[in-house]
This record gives sequence, structure tokens and C-alpha cells, in this order.
Amino acid sequence: MGENAIEVRNLTKRFGDFTAVDHISFTVGKGEIFGFLGANGAGKSTAMKILCGLSLPTEGEGTVAGYDILKETESIKKSIGYMSQRFSLYDDLTVAENIRLYAGIYGVSDKEISPRTDKVLANLDFTAEKNTMVGSLPLGWKQKLAFSVAVFHHPKIVFLDEPTGGVDPVTRRQFWEMIYKTADKGITVFVTTHYMDEAEYCDRVSIMVDGRIEALGSPSALKSGFGANNMDDVFQKLARKAERG
Amino acid sequence: MLKYLIEKEFKQFFRNSFLPRLIIVFPIMIMLVMPWVATLDIRGVNVTVADSDRSTLSSRLIEKINASEYFSVRRVTLSYADALEDVDDGLSDLVLDIPSGYADSLGRGKSCKILVAVNAVNGTKGYLGGNYMAGILSGTGAGVDVSVLNMYNPTLNYRQFMIPAFLAVLIMMLCGFLPALNIVSEKEKGTIEQINVTPVGKFQFIFAKLIPYWLIGFVVLAICFLLGWLVYGYLPAGSFIVILAGTFVFILGISSIGLIISNYSQSMQQSMLVMFFFILIFNLMSGLFTPVRSMPGWAQTIAACIPPKYFIEILRGVYQRGCGFSDLGIQFAALTIFAVFFGLSAVLTYRKRA
Repeated sequence: MGENAIEVRNLTKRFGDFTAVDHISFTVGKGEIFGFLGANGAGKSTAMKILCGLSLPTEGEGTVAGYDILKETESIKKSIGYMSQRFSLYDDLTVAENIRLYAGIYGVSDKEISPRTDKVLANLDFTAEKNTMVGSLPLGWKQKLAFSVAVFHHPKIVFLDEPTGGVDPVTRRQFWEMIYKTADKGITVFVTTHYMDEAEYCDRVSIMVDGRIEALGSPSALKSGFGANNMDDVFQKLARKAERG
Repeated sequence: MLKYLIEKEFKQFFRNSFLPRLIIVFPIMIMLVMPWVATLDIRGVNVTVADSDRSTLSSRLIEKINASEYFSVRRVTLSYADALEDVDDGLSDLVLDIPSGYADSLGRGKSCKILVAVNAVNGTKGYLGGNYMAGILSGTGAGVDVSVLNMYNPTLNYRQFMIPAFLAVLIMMLCGFLPALNIVSEKEKGTIEQINVTPVGKFQFIFAKLIPYWLIGFVVLAICFLLGWLVYGYLPAGSFIVILAGTFVFILGISSIGLIISNYSQSMQQSMLVMFFFILIFNLMSGLFTPVRSMPGWAQTIAACIPPKYFIEILRGVYQRGCGFSDLGIQFAALTIFAVFFGLSAVLTYRKRA
């Protein structure tokens, strides 16, 4: 698989006449925090779903964790973690039960689940909520839990689809600390966001406009390339060109 | 992996505030009420008698008819035409025409023809009413020779016929509707997305969904069986093991149908309506209420393709005739084929990719 966690070439997804993702190509290195930016409807979530094996591309090719995105989607699923834009853990299971379910599905051994759960919950300062129904947790806690579930089985890559949407600034900060800790363990992080301050935290970012990648590079390179003070300016310059969204 | 999925299904089921109560209360209500209500025993058929004979013997016949629990004599007229008016006015279901010379003929040992005219708008009521009447007449030596032999259900107790049917209906409703709502509710809540991005096997996922319905089915079976026995004193003539085996295979088939519908549906509403459509066809065409053999040929062909028909045949066979596995080979074979077919379809129609 070489040095890259993700490699795609000319990835395209059409729904009828509408081209949601239009020939995008990029690579993400191992252990990198890769920010995947774009306005609403730019095609971020569609592209991410293809990478996670939830959807097949119309055209193009690529590998995720070394597996082919056309033919080896089930193998990809074993090597990745995914956190959906919409909270999708089971509300009617407790915190520990949700962790246990997904750990079991990913094949974490029975003996390992319980101690690892305790450790994860202790890190989150969540031990008191171990047996709380997930449905009754506040949103920020739910998001942190969803992230912990997504990386519980030590995947090679974790995909985060707008993980901090609707979350307060303090929790957002904590969330990014979690992301950094995860990346330190060598897990590649692929994250979409609308918050440009968060884009600054990424190693590299890509900006999608109308289904195409219009800019790709480290935040500092992009800022100097576009002659902008911050990522927000870069984004504004590119997103104004958008014809849809 | 399967263990964790099954654990999850059971936890969710028992935490639901509604479902566990539903599977207990619903069968109890149906079993306590419906056998009294859904009966085709004919009672209180209104009779108008045209008595042209006006003899002691004819009066005695009329009294005898009135004394039976099946008939009530509304009026005695002089002519047949007058009596028919009662039927026209909807006051009477049946006209008995006793000709003049009735007593005379009987006295001389000759036979005498009595006309029984039946309002057959309600076919069943008319047919059974006419037959009951023939039975009473034959007892009076009126020259009618009727011989009826009711096999297996000597008292013609309709309840014995219906209790196995209600059992089938209940299992069909609970083990059919609940799975139809299950996967689609995960789609509505969004939890399916998190599952689909895991390496979970399609087979394991569907199998874990099916297992709770077996348990539900057996709870329903136990409730019906106990109530049938305690309230109606009705036990199967054959082995309970045969019923258990039939139920086991049937639930796999019917729950798989529910899951297939759930796989294709986008909302619980859609799933519910589609399942309702199938359950209605199953109820009406499986021989639950009306015998499959009296349906037209094309309908019999359709009936042969629906699983509940065979399940009902097994239940009635065991309850009423004491059938064993050897007598029900065809039914078990058919149910097994359905179960495997629908089970596999449920796995194949579950799509992890959009």
C-alpha cells in the first residue's frame, strides 16, 4: 500500500444528471490529520461515503488502507472507524452497551472489551455515565462518545463527518485534543468541518467547490498562496465561486 | 459477532415500554374474545310458517321448530304467498310450507313433501339454516331422509375450528409486523448507517434480527395453548411437538417476509402499509376463514404459494385430527422451502451500500 492511507484518482459520483463528486484526486498520508472542507452541498459527505464503502463511485479508482474502494469495501470497513454527521449510536442502549456492541462487531476480544471500556471512559471523564442511556446524554457528550466508539477498535483510519456540528466551543476544543491524541497513536484522521479555525489545526486541508477540489495543501501554504490572513479568507475566496449550494 | 448483535436486539426489545406488553396482552384479548364472536354457528334463524294444513300434527311440528335453539317462529300464515312477504320485508330468513293434507298423509303412512324456502342472500346462514331445518323435519317422519355425519368435530363446534386459526393469525401479526418495522426504524433513526460502515456480516445481522421473533412466537403459542385449554377445555388431539416444530419453521418464513419489506422501505409508514397488504391476503386466502378448496382454481394456485396456508393445515391437523409428522410431510416441506427462500432473500435484500 505504500506510504499513503488514502489514494484516489478521478473519483466521480453522479446521481442522474447531477454530478455530486467531479473527478477528485488526492492522497492522505499515514498518521496525517486531513481536513476535508467545502460548503454545504459541495460533495464532501458523498465523497466520504465512497471512501468508507457505503457507496460505490460512478467513475475513478482508489485505495483506502490499501484496499480497493470498488472491490474490497468489506475489508476497508474492518480497517476504518466512522463517525456520522447525524448521531447514530443506539439511544436505548447504555454508554457501555454501545461500546460493547461495536467492539464486538469489530472483533475486539471479549476479555479485552471491559478493561478497555473502563480506560476509555476514564479518559473521557465519563466513568459515572457508564450505565446511562445514551439517549439522555447532552449532544457534546454524545459526540465525544461517538468518536470514542469510532476509534475503540484501533482502526488505521478514522472518518469524522462534521464531528463538532452544534457543539459548544469548550467541547470543540476538547474534541480536537482527542483528535490529536488519536493522530499521535498513528491513526490517520480524515475530518470534514465548517469551522475554519478547526481547519487551522489540520496538517493539510482540501477545499471542495461544486464537487471539485479547488485547493489542497497545508493551511500555511494555502494562506500564502491565496494571499489571505486566515483560512476563513481562503475559504471565502473559493466558495464565492460556487454555482450551487 | 453474532452474540453481541443478539444481545443488542434483546436489550432493545425488553427496554421498549410497549412491545413486551403487546405480545402478552394482544394474544390474551384475542383468545378471550374472538372465539365467542367469530362463529359461524347459526342461531336464531327467523321462520315464517305457511300452514295450509291447520292440523294437530302441523301445530306440533311448529312447536318443535320453535323450541329448537336455532329457530324462532315469527308468524304462522295461511298461504305461501303471505309467508314470502315476510322474507321480502326482511322479517324472516326461512319459509316452511306445510301443504294441506300433511296430517292425512302421515296418518296413512304416505310420504309428504314439505317445502323449505331459504333466503340465501347470506349463503352460509341460508345453507346451514336449511340443513338444520331438514334435520328437524326428518325427525318427525315427514318423509325427509337426511343423514349427516360430522367427522372430527361431532358437535359442529365452530370454536374448535377457529382456535387454531386465531393462533395462526396472532403469530402472523406479531411475528410479521414487528420485523417489518424493525430495520426501517433503524433507517429512520440513522443507527443503520453506523452499522453499515462496520464489517458486520449480512447474515449475522439478519439472523440476530430474526431470533427475538422466535421467542415472541413461542410466548404467543404458549398463551394461546393455555387459554385454549383453561377457558375452552380444548387441547390438541395430536402431539404438541408437531405444533412447536411447525411454528418454529413458520416464524422464520413470516418474519423474513417482514424483514424483506423493511429492507425495501424508506419509512415505517410505507413498511406498515405494504405488510398490511400481505397480511390481509394471507388472512383471506390461507383457508383461515373459508376453505381453500371452495375457491376458484386460480385462487387455489395463489393460496398454494402462501406460507400461512400450510401452517394452518398443520395446526388444524394436529388440533382436530391428531396428525403426526408423517401425515403432514407436504406441509412441513412447503414451510421449510418458504422459510429458506424468504430467509435467504432477507439476507440478500439487506444492502450495506446505498
